[in-house]
Amino acid sequence: MSGPGSGGAYSFSLTTFSPSGKLVQIEHALAAVAGGTTSLGIKATNGIVLATEKKAPSLLLDTTALEKVAPICPNIGFVYSGMGPDFRILVAKARKIAQAYWKVYGEYPPTKVLVQEVAGVVQKATQSGGVRPYGISLLIAGWDSHRGQSLWQIDPSGSYWAWKASAIGKNMVNGKTFLEKRYNDDLSLEDAIHTALLTLKEGFEGQMTEQTIELGVVTVPTAEQMQEKPGERLPPTFRKLTESEVRDYLSL
Amino acid sequence: MELNGGSVVAMIGKDCVAIASDLRLGNQSVGVASNFEKVFPVNDKLYYGIPGLASDVYTLREHLRFRVNMYRMKEEREITPKTFTHLVSSTLYEKRFGPFFVEPVVAGIPSPTPLDPHPRPFISTMDTIGCITTPKDFAVAGTAADKLYGVAEGLWEPDLEPEDLFETISQTLLNAVDRDALSGWGVVVHLITADKVVTRTLRARMD
Repeated sequence: MSGPGSGGAYSFSLTTFSPSGKLVQIEHALAAVAGGTTSLGIKATNGIVLATEKKAPSLLLDTTALEKVAPICPNIGFVYSGMGPDFRILVAKARKIAQAYWKVYGEYPPTKVLVQEVAGVVQKATQSGGVRPYGISLLIAGWDSHRGQSLWQIDPSGSYWAWKASAIGKNMVNGKTFLEKRYNDDLSLEDAIHTALLTLKEGFEGQMTEQTIELGVVTVPTAEQMQEKPGERLPPTFRKLTESEVRDYLSL
Repeated sequence: MELNGGSVVAMIGKDCVAIASDLRLGNQSVGVASNFEKVFPVNDKLYYGIPGLASDVYTLREHLRFRVNMYRMKEEREITPKTFTHLVSSTLYEKRFGPFFVEPVVAGIPSPTPLDPHPRPFISTMDTIGCITTPKDFAVAGTAADKLYGVAEGLWEPDLEPEDLFETISQTLLNAVDRDALSGWGVVVHLITADKVVTRTLRARMD
């Protein structure tokens, strides 16, 4: 062993490939994600659901201040698994990217464009000096007039994929297997929400309540809703579900 | 604007739009060229015209060509007239305190989408720093703008069929530039419909 500790010569430098072709720091970042709480997303025919488990480490914690599903712009939302502080940095950057796009084009970015920009930010952290990779994976759900509703995942390496349904975090392997069994191409949003809750229930520690679950949904707008009226904004296509809405879905 | 002269007009018809410019390039009152087009295509359903300082016409055209090509590659789609208007507007406002001396006019028909299967034709115009106006009838710009307003106000009517729109915009431009010393020397008209664009160069008074 060459350096301090016992990780070997390739474990510290972010930008040195190991002989087997791996960047070990990125593998470690993925390990941080795999240790994070489970999050998942399912694309339906008329929308998308994002769901995550919100676990408080202590009874005394005020969970209303915890936020794991974040709206980025009226048509796009994020959820993550991994390190909370890194998520907030990326959310702030993504919101800024969305507003910069709005300033140029007078509309919010299509989901894929935002995903590519954010993935670029994440990739930079794997190649720049003096930084570490982001310790999170993101699930991104959005709607745009070009591609309709789409669900994306970004990893610490900066790679991104479009999914019909995916899970990240602690139970991602089980979650994905469960989703593979449950998913079909003509799922409605309501079905997708229930499937999401069922998937989270697999391997959920403790009680699933509106305080320990967070849900976000993308809804596909009607032509009439997208009609522009003077002095009015278009209705948002991404929104977080309120605690009472989550409670209703849990009790069904 | 008064250095090189030139004018552009755009009009909305029934499921069609037209945009036209004169062909003169001058050095104040001295005519220099009679083949200086000021209207350029973005794609086969979207054109824009930029009358004003000739050097800025070239610069801005190349700048917009770059930005539209980048948009096309990044977004894997064609830019819509409305989005293009915002792009031109923000490009102009970037130079708020040292502006391009041009007054762009945009005309196009958006492509049908599932949510908007029958999109309406679109025109817009901007001042030199990108303040947008989206008229329902016609847009004018350039050294003959005041004359164009007068003639267009008299000739334009709602729901003109393509050939009637062509006649209206042609007569509007021809008669307006005849009363402007800095515009004229022939005109070019682009008539945009959902399935094709017809471009015609018209002879005019060459004095």
